[in-house]
Amino acid sequence: MKSLYAWGAIAAIVLTSTAGDVLLSRGMKQVGDVGELRRRIGLLAVLAQVFKNPNFLLGVAAMATAFYSLLFGLSWGDLSLIVPASTSLTFITNAVAARIFLHERVDQRRWLAALLVAGGVVLLAM
Amino acid sequence: MTLRKYLILAGVAFFAATGDGFIARGMKQVGNISLHRLPDIVLVVLNPVIALGVLFLLAFFACYMAALSWADLTYVLPATSVSYVVLTLIARFALHENVSLTRWLGILLISAGVGFVTQGPAFTPLREKSDELVGASLSARTEP
Repeated sequence: MKSLYAWGAIAAIVLTSTAGDVLLSRGMKQVGDVGELRRRIGLLAVLAQVFKNPNFLLGVAAMATAFYSLLFGLSWGDLSLIVPASTSLTFITNAVAARIFLHERVDQRRWLAALLVAGGVVLLAM
Repeated sequence: MTLRKYLILAGVAFFAATGDGFIARGMKQVGNISLHRLPDIVLVVLNPVIALGVLFLLAFFACYMAALSWADLTYVLPATSVSYVVLTLIARFALHENVSLTRWLGILLISAGVGFVTQGPAFTPLREKSDELVGASLSARTEP
């Protein structure tokens, strides 16, 4: 039962942090290259645009949910299971979600990179 | 990709690793927080090491958002996972922790992933995205 809770928490972390990354990425793409924008309209105006973007705000909310899911997960399961499992799975779900929702071209090179990093994270935790 | 952009990617990795490092060290100084005294979690930022960690994580978030404003998510995430490598090197050489062979192997895999993704384009051009949406195929495309 305890491990069911732990895996439930892992699923919640993976889902919310993937949603957060996708929303933040979409929001920042809508804002545009912040380096260029800063030169054109100044830092404060850029910050105002970022904090007014609904995707950015939703992304931050999703990231906060992911953080609290992590805290709950840690109270049920081991740090050495929850953190590497959720981190490495997130690399893979992010590649899928970026392809579907952000229409990024996830070619073989990017798939291989995501899988290598996900595997590496698991090994780091062993 | 300009030097400035590579520096921002390096900033994402550097501030994530050092921020986590400071928070970990600070929380060890503070000690366990019991569930009955949960409000104490707010007061931990008064610890200077943790405050420094929070500051570094804010810098991480700023760099991460800047990177996402001009690069694909599937580029930024693997490219900045070099932070795990940095964190392990900090653990080995600054905190004198023991790093096992499996961990070195993990570092090798992550480094290979970082190498792969940074060789490719950082951004899917907008034209290509709209092409993909209507299902049409176009010949030569160049990165802006």
